[in-house]
Amino acid sequence: MPEILIQRKKQVFRKGKDDFSIKCGKDSTAGSVSQRSCVFCGSRVVLYPIVDALHLVHGPIGCAAYTWDLRGSLSSGRQLHRMSFSTDLQEKDVVFGGEKKLYQSLVELIDKYKPKSAFVYATCIVGIIGDDVDAVCKRVSKEKGVPVLPVHSEGFKGTKKDGYKAACEALFKLVGTSEIKDTGKFSINILGDFNIAGETWMIRDYYSRMGVEVVSTITGDGRTDDICRAHGASLNIVQCSGSMMYLAKMMKEEYGIPFMRVSYFGIEDTSDALLKVAEFFKNTEIVARTKQLIKEETEIYLSEIYKYKNELEGKKATIYVGGAFKAFSLIKALDMIGMSVAVVGSQTGNQDDYARLKEMCDEGTIILDDSNPVELAHFSLEKNVDIFIGGVKERPMAYKLGIGFCDHNHHRKEVLTGYRGTLNFVREVYSSVMSPVWRFTNRK
Amino acid sequence: MLLRHTPKEIKERKALTVNPAKTCQPIGAMYAALGIHGCMPHSHGSQGCCAYHRSALTRHYKEPVMAATSSFTEGSSVFGGQANLIQAINNIFTIYSPDIIAVHTTCLSETIGDDVNQICQKARDDGKVPEGKHVIHCNTPSYVGSHITGYSNMLKGIIKYFSKSTGVKKDQINIISGWVEPSDMREIKRICRQMGVKIVLFPDTSDILDAPQTGVHAFYPKGGTTIPELISTGDSKFSLALGEFATDAAAKDLDSRCKVKFKTIDLPIGLSATDRFIVALSNSADVDVPASVTEERGRLVDIITDMQQYFYNKRVALFGDPDQLIPLTELLVDLDMRPVYIVSGTSGKVFERRIREILAESVPDAKVRNGHNADLFLLHQWIKNEPVDLVIGNTYGKYIARDEDIPFLRMGFPILDRVGHSYFPTVGYSGAMRILEKILNLLMDRQDRDSSEESFELVM
Repeated sequence: MPEILIQRKKQVFRKGKDDFSIKCGKDSTAGSVSQRSCVFCGSRVVLYPIVDALHLVHGPIGCAAYTWDLRGSLSSGRQLHRMSFSTDLQEKDVVFGGEKKLYQSLVELIDKYKPKSAFVYATCIVGIIGDDVDAVCKRVSKEKGVPVLPVHSEGFKGTKKDGYKAACEALFKLVGTSEIKDTGKFSINILGDFNIAGETWMIRDYYSRMGVEVVSTITGDGRTDDICRAHGASLNIVQCSGSMMYLAKMMKEEYGIPFMRVSYFGIEDTSDALLKVAEFFKNTEIVARTKQLIKEETEIYLSEIYKYKNELEGKKATIYVGGAFKAFSLIKALDMIGMSVAVVGSQTGNQDDYARLKEMCDEGTIILDDSNPVELAHFSLEKNVDIFIGGVKERPMAYKLGIGFCDHNHHRKEVLTGYRGTLNFVREVYSSVMSPVWRFTNRK
Repeated sequence: MLLRHTPKEIKERKALTVNPAKTCQPIGAMYAALGIHGCMPHSHGSQGCCAYHRSALTRHYKEPVMAATSSFTEGSSVFGGQANLIQAINNIFTIYSPDIIAVHTTCLSETIGDDVNQICQKARDDGKVPEGKHVIHCNTPSYVGSHITGYSNMLKGIIKYFSKSTGVKKDQINIISGWVEPSDMREIKRICRQMGVKIVLFPDTSDILDAPQTGVHAFYPKGGTTIPELISTGDSKFSLALGEFATDAAAKDLDSRCKVKFKTIDLPIGLSATDRFIVALSNSADVDVPASVTEERGRLVDIITDMQQYFYNKRVALFGDPDQLIPLTELLVDLDMRPVYIVSGTSGKVFERRIREILAESVPDAKVRNGHNADLFLLHQWIKNEPVDLVIGNTYGKYIARDEDIPFLRMGFPILDRVGHSYFPTVGYSGAMRILEKILNLLMDRQDRDSSEESFELVM
């Protein structure tokens, strides 16, 4: 059978052979078995880690059920975000509208939990039946004195990326709503880290060792009050740029806060990120402390990491991620241990991302936009890769192909960012690539 | 911690569902369709639905789950999804070459009023469906019923499309399986072989969602009910439908279309329900019950006899799907346990009636709730007011179990944090033995954990 659909020819690029610009950012081809998700999914994953907020899903039960505590975003305080709240729309609501139910649900919830803020997610059907979610939110907000923010995340309105945007728009309504008190000059917001397995905590700790004040973490272990005063920070540090660039840009426009795109994956990128932030503040003490931190951390972890290099040298990987930015860091991290990338793709990369990927990759590398199981399986086998780095839907497929796997998505169970995270990542790659189980399958 | 967010005081809620004990229709349709050989499930709606269902099934089975989507956009939501579905059908046959595409709808495509039957017909008329290939469909609006309803609707869709009556009866029995694990479907086939009964089991997810690791990835693993088998269901001499909520409607449809008489019985979970299954099988196929089956039953009764003191009077809370909960409640009563709280998010009056009948003598004051507002939040509140010795349900029960420090048996869908369910059955006499083993281990581990040094016992 043909492995590439005609409509997708310009989304599959072989470096060294092909010469066209990848046609990205387009709607998925129906029936191609895209691994992408919807607008709601994007909004939900981004806002979910705000732990003292209510997250009410307005729609039929499924959207709430599938996103119940879906991601290991840890909280150091309340755990409200891990509950599943739904208006559970029924047929009669679809006919007569769900506004009343939404109002009642919000009131019941706010009375019960006294949250700091509430997010109301509009799902597909709400967009179709035309509930005025904004009006209900406004009314409850006024009555209860709690910010109630509509999130326009109707699934059909695009991809996850559009959901990120809707989430940022909701967040932006919080920013600037409380007074800036005692915020120092050397202060930042951490954007785009979601505290999976405690990653935000680790990054926060780096900054505190550097002497940089963290005003808010958006959204890992996120707090409404912090977000409300986030406009007091001097700089926004944006990781996972796919999801949080919108917010950073809006904050720049409205409050004049500059932003910086960074990545905390891999030793090289983490060091670059921290140093860039330190240099931004033009303070010799901060720079000195940062250099010291980089030196200490690198010393601790680098030799440990290199222990795995011998055996991993020359091994090959497939990378398939949501946003392409993460792929750059992964390529560098793998390169450090002598591994190359043979297949790389993303669900939502843009022109710049793919241009950079083309630059970074070796001849013969396959670059994919919005790929599907048949392509991912085909090219991974063609390139005889040793590990697949992806998300939940790809894991069992990789295993069935006799290929090792590392989850670099919601299901990671250990910190994968920063120095310690790089060691964890290399260990995960090592344990799967070198697993004795492959002796019992036919492929290897 | 987590469910310290559940207050003890119970207030009647008007609108809200908290921590649901159900999910929406389409995933049921997808699971049922995966039990057909060479079938690609297709979700006619936004691509998030399909992504969520695939992820949920993948997490539960640890297997690749293939399904396609119409990838609705704003445009398709305004102008209808016909173009998307026809393009999808064409693309799926071109690149994934399944034998069957099984289309189900979503809240979105239902609300905008897409006529999926007509669109599928148009695809056939336009030559988008290759010779010998099939497109079937069912309607699964997410705002009606639950995942069980979706499963039931897909079974009806399968029968409507495939089952044919030639007028000549075949010496075979249809077994219409409720929503159980691949391991259970495998066990049902084993029992029927043991009984010497020729059956067509559908759907059948064994050898699809429990596929062996061979180093070769098959997009369509070898399992699943085949097309000739499905067609032949119209000529079978009888149908046994296992689980009223998931299969009764399909059995009725098959009877009215092809005149195949049927009987709807409980899923064979536990001693009494398996007894009824064996008797029904024996009667409908006119075979005797072989000694090997009676002996299996005897071994089950033997464990119950040996361990009766550990089961006696233990209070149990259970939640999940009606077809599982009804026979499971009966099993607990057979074990002399006390099922005191029973919750299902799936509505249907027959559920409470059946449970009340089973509990009439032993636990007349049990709390039973299904449908509207029957969720894990309510169950947790009941438990807070009067605790239990054991919780049985899907993975989401772990919050309650941890918060209240109660032994927890995972049964149902989804199980996201343990393995075994797809490999070891809970149906039949051996399946019941496995349930017993698990219950006993939980209770006895707890006793060991909680006993003082003086009363810590070697022999139990």
